[in-house]
Amino acid sequence: MQPQIIAAIIVSSIAFFSVFVITPFLIKALEKRNSVVKDYHRKGGAMVARPGGPSIIAGILISGIVLYAFFPKTEIVAILTTTALAFFVGLVDDKKVMGGWFKPLALAATAIPILLLGVYDSDLSFPLFGDVKIPLLYLGVVVIMISITGNTINSIDVLNGVASGFMVIAGSALTISLIILQNYEVAIASLVLVFTSLAFYKYHKFPSKIFPGDSGALTLGAMYGAIAIVGQVEVVAAIALGPAIINSFLFLSSMKRIVEHREIKAKPVSLTEDFKLKATSDKDASVTLVRLILAGGRPLTEKEIGYVIFRLTIFSGILAIITAFMMEISL
Amino acid sequence: MSGSSIFVFIFAMWILIIIGGGISVLILAPIEISGYSEFDLIISSAIKAVVSIGLVITWIFILSKVKNWIFSSQLKV
Repeated sequence: MQPQIIAAIIVSSIAFFSVFVITPFLIKALEKRNSVVKDYHRKGGAMVARPGGPSIIAGILISGIVLYAFFPKTEIVAILTTTALAFFVGLVDDKKVMGGWFKPLALAATAIPILLLGVYDSDLSFPLFGDVKIPLLYLGVVVIMISITGNTINSIDVLNGVASGFMVIAGSALTISLIILQNYEVAIASLVLVFTSLAFYKYHKFPSKIFPGDSGALTLGAMYGAIAIVGQVEVVAAIALGPAIINSFLFLSSMKRIVEHREIKAKPVSLTEDFKLKATSDKDASVTLVRLILAGGRPLTEKEIGYVIFRLTIFSGILAIITAFMMEISL
Repeated sequence: MSGSSIFVFIFAMWILIIIGGGISVLILAPIEISGYSEFDLIISSAIKAVVSIGLVITWIFILSKVKNWIFSSQLKV
């Protein structure tokens, strides 16, 4: 147990400080290249650097390689490779606007290293009821899981600090669950995700100095999905993602098709004169988590909405941890 | 509190996942096909895939109903 604790402290520190140090340089470089976007929700419409994906992937890969030096396991290689591929998918979407189907399909392809390296168990575990053997069907689960986690994190990246803050909380719940289930090496990989997100949150929180972009959001989401598969905690991971899944579910059930947010003209929320957000009454606008939070209530600031989402994520995280305990019980 | 009904929805979704998981184990686990030699695995997987898709569609349908019930006032926009 002692080597795992030492590795956890070292790897977490490297993940945090590498992103913490690299991100300011990335912000300067992006601003110099005029790679900035307008933050419409902020007074004066500040220009914010984008994408932050490069510093996120740098932190993940540097600390991931150190983790591999401690525990040379194929599982870690699979997680890092899938995450790196997802970063490139996001980078393509950052550079060139792709269609609504591009990200789900390209992200599905990033699951190939997990399949080729065979670092999965085709028995899907459920709390209280045990496992179900789905040898061929599980291949589909692997592919769909990465695509879903990547896209759900990307779809919740709508406000300052939400995607990175959300990942800190959901990733922490996943780490605790992996420790409960005694999957220590994958739990340390999950710590990499938590501390990378935490360091990035420092610059992403309101008022943002940098946005993660598709390259950042897909990197975080795909890594989360890869950890869930390799760590055999698919159901627990899905529960911890609760608010993001609800956001995607509401969006898809209101739009009834897979479509890019930027393709929809009608906006789900609008800005008041004092720069607060309120739900619109436009019937053509999508139903989203933010719109639901604001519906029927007073307008809220971006920061206040972010905290509501974090409270919802903490609640989902607690349910995920309870589920991990329930995995140990069989009826 | 803002989003209080969303907490209820997350809890309902969690219960549905636990129950759905139980039903999946009870229905899918016993499906074993034999007598088709090398095709046994493919046939049983195909049947499991069809049943799983049916279960997922049912799960989404129930979740939609729960969503409409919990958010009835908010969704009237």
